[in-house]
Amino acid sequence: MPEVLTTVTMTVNGQRVARSIEPRVLLVHFLREELGLTGTHVGCDTSQCGACTVLLDGEAVKACTVLAVQAHGATVTTIEGLEGTRLHPVQEGFWAKHGLQCGFCTPGAMMTAAYLLSQNPHPSEAEIREGLDGVVCRCTGYETIVRAVQHAAALMSEVSETSGAEDVD
Amino acid sequence: MPQVMGQALKRHEDIRLIRGRGQYTDDMTLPGMVYAEMVRSPYAHANILSVDTQAAQAMPGVLAVFTGQDTKDELGLIPTAWIPPNSDLKMTPHPALAFDTVRYVGDAVAVVIAETPYQAQDAADQVQVQYQPLQAVVHPREAVEDGRPQVHAEIDRNIAFHWTVGPDLDAVFQQAEVVVRHEFRQQRLIPNAMEPRAALAQYNNATDELTVWVTTQNPHIHRFLLSGILGIPEHKLRVVAIDVGGGFGSKIACYPDEVVASWAARKLRRAVKWTETRQENFMITSHGRDHVQEVELAGTRDGQIQAIRVKAYSNLGAYLSTAAPGVPTILFGLIINGAYDIPHASADVYGVVTNTTPVDAYRGAGRPEATYLIERMVDLYASQIQMDPVAVREKNLVKAEAFPYTNPFGLQYDSGNYQGTLKIALDMLDYPKLREEQAALRKDGKYIGIGWSTYVEMCGLGPSEVAGAVGFQGGLWESATVRVHPTGKVSVFTGASPHGQGEETTFAQIVGQELGIPVEDIEIVHGDTARISMGWGTYGSRTTAVGGGAIHLATQKVIEKAKKIAAHKLEVSESDVVFEDGMFSVAGVPNRQVSFQAVTLDAYLAWSLPEGVEPALEGTAFYDPKNFTYPFGAHVAVVSVDPDTGDIHLMRYIAVDDVGNIINPMIVEGQIHGGLVQGIGQALYEGAEYDTEGQLLTGSLLDYAVPKARFFPRFETAHTVTPSPHNPLGVKGVGETGAIASTPAIVNAVMDALHPFGIQDLPMPLTPEKVWQAIQQNQGGR
Repeated sequence: MPEVLTTVTMTVNGQRVARSIEPRVLLVHFLREELGLTGTHVGCDTSQCGACTVLLDGEAVKACTVLAVQAHGATVTTIEGLEGTRLHPVQEGFWAKHGLQCGFCTPGAMMTAAYLLSQNPHPSEAEIREGLDGVVCRCTGYETIVRAVQHAAALMSEVSETSGAEDVD
Repeated sequence: MPQVMGQALKRHEDIRLIRGRGQYTDDMTLPGMVYAEMVRSPYAHANILSVDTQAAQAMPGVLAVFTGQDTKDELGLIPTAWIPPNSDLKMTPHPALAFDTVRYVGDAVAVVIAETPYQAQDAADQVQVQYQPLQAVVHPREAVEDGRPQVHAEIDRNIAFHWTVGPDLDAVFQQAEVVVRHEFRQQRLIPNAMEPRAALAQYNNATDELTVWVTTQNPHIHRFLLSGILGIPEHKLRVVAIDVGGGFGSKIACYPDEVVASWAARKLRRAVKWTETRQENFMITSHGRDHVQEVELAGTRDGQIQAIRVKAYSNLGAYLSTAAPGVPTILFGLIINGAYDIPHASADVYGVVTNTTPVDAYRGAGRPEATYLIERMVDLYASQIQMDPVAVREKNLVKAEAFPYTNPFGLQYDSGNYQGTLKIALDMLDYPKLREEQAALRKDGKYIGIGWSTYVEMCGLGPSEVAGAVGFQGGLWESATVRVHPTGKVSVFTGASPHGQGEETTFAQIVGQELGIPVEDIEIVHGDTARISMGWGTYGSRTTAVGGGAIHLATQKVIEKAKKIAAHKLEVSESDVVFEDGMFSVAGVPNRQVSFQAVTLDAYLAWSLPEGVEPALEGTAFYDPKNFTYPFGAHVAVVSVDPDTGDIHLMRYIAVDDVGNIINPMIVEGQIHGGLVQGIGQALYEGAEYDTEGQLLTGSLLDYAVPKARFFPRFETAHTVTPSPHNPLGVKGVGETGAIASTPAIVNAVMDALHPFGIQDLPMPLTPEKVWQAIQQNQGGR
């Protein structure tokens, strides 16, 4: 197969990147192989496990099911970009509540959780379990992940209450 | 100094893992690295007629294509490492690349090495293999029948071994008041650790050393086996596993792909990486369970169990994997009496080869198969004699005063209070009230069921002497070096190889507590044969029980030496020195003291050491346990079954476990939860299916149901603490208990719910379709 290269440009974790790649390259391989962002993992090949979940223009997607060229011009956030100067509340939640064991599904689980909370800041337990349906974790039994997301939600609402108070003119 | 043993400290390893900074094998990149892609058999059984690699060789980026013909004279065969005595075991040596016959779908016949993974995949598609398909055999009991296809020419009737234990019990069964006979199918399971397996090998031309980064639970066992297969001496071979994304038994074995990547790296003098896809993981990474069990229980009409015996056909797949023969024998047969004081027991096991993926340890490894058997039989027996299943359990459980209890096969259960955990579970459930509710609901056409499992298991593998006696081709001790650096920071080197179990934290808690220093000052080093002299790895719930024991002993050696130096510094005799909270002080004169850190520095400066004391401060210990440890507990599930759809809803799950002393309760709870979900997965969702040609029908996460978050309620956990009397920390294993206990609890609950329909048993997994069909067939019996 002749190699036809195409140039993709996107913003990944706040940095603008451009690479010449084969059009068939998956976003997850682009992140891992081209950019060295190995925090995003490949756990399956049928879009079931969610280990590769990243945010694409703010929406959770499975990076194994997106071509890198489809992300052209888009903004991508991976686990490496989830934290700012401090850990993201979801990271704090997973750490505090033992939401991980082997850690392999964890980046995808945390990106999924971050998206869930961005859409629904106060999810019920049932909504959290439903929201994690695209995540397969073989270690934890999920309950500690649920607690982690609840913990993150509580931290985020504290933060937003505080910042809300500060924002009042 | 606050107490750190017993505290739910947040995990040290999480600091990297939650930030995307873990280093799993596939995350690594080396200069000049190239990629391996395997060409695999689409047939379960076939002769290889020819392999044409010409087109593949010409593809862009391809460095080399190797076939079984290229490797067969250069590579040793992959052996099994467990040979149960008196079982007439026939070896099934596995060539890394098949050269004459393929014996399961996925058996590798060639490897392509190319500059990029995509190029390697493209070229692998161009390798032309001509096969002559042969008849396949997949079912373990059918495989031993006359006239079936033979998987290996030298293994008559596909019986790789026949292992028996216990006396002839015919007389006991003939005289028994009640005999219950039943056949169980322990279905085949696919472990599905979330990280696919991978290997990255690099040959160093200058030192003639090969380094292999590999997804393993036991780097030193891998080094041992790879050394023999590759013909590279152990001192020139380094095996490293930094972060490993779950194993559950499936990363114990030494696999063909790892061998081929290592061999190719040396051949090509290039770093070679191989990473499996999930599809390959389903095909080639070891599976678990897969028994047919014909079981008989003898008892009295008033509920006293007198004997249990089993004839089992254990499907081992096409080749005997690394630990495979030990799983359906030693780890299964010896504990079929479970937690019950049953005077007579025997087991008769056929280890059978078939044209399927090799089967090896999967979480629990033998003990879930034994526990399911006895826990289901107790319920069937209770039903037959019309006794409450809890009453039968209470009558037969080993009594608290009977420990150490010797079971019919000579295993010595170390400690326990089985009635204690059962009592707590009964109280948490409010059992009598729930039985009343159940009866009331049945009148309304609503069906709930209550299922019990009062289990015990053997783990913390295990004395080396026993390993030798039962044919395990290795030791089962563990090593630890506690190295105190001049500044008082500590590196701990362990031969255990945790991969999710949290021992970077648990082990630091042991050392921190004993040395009286902050856990932040302690680093646990594991998973590298160049940094750790020897060890046996992580499996069989042995890491904290055995590896932790070694760390405790090594730490005590450090304290012993430091105490000598402290005494010298304090100018008192050693017997007058007290060590507490990181301070050495003179007994009775608490203000005459010197810190651990000051003593450490003295040890390294060595300006003034007591007579006969060498410089530096570190301790090394090799701990060989005296016995297995025997965690136990009482689990109970409450389910509702919708008779119109067959749908099963898990309403409550109570797990009361006793795993001995607990070092980190948060981690222990996590281990129990994870085990529960895998065990419940077996009961309700998971099952590998082959067609008669040996094609895996459940070959992806689309077809094989790994449980999801929404399948479960909150688990209700509690524990009692009965320390192991022989373990230096009083701990037992915990990693497998959930998977061992939960499967029969769930099935017992569903069968209890289905009791009004006259349904006694259904094969796992209990899918809604199976349940619905059974209800339809049994409606008349309602």
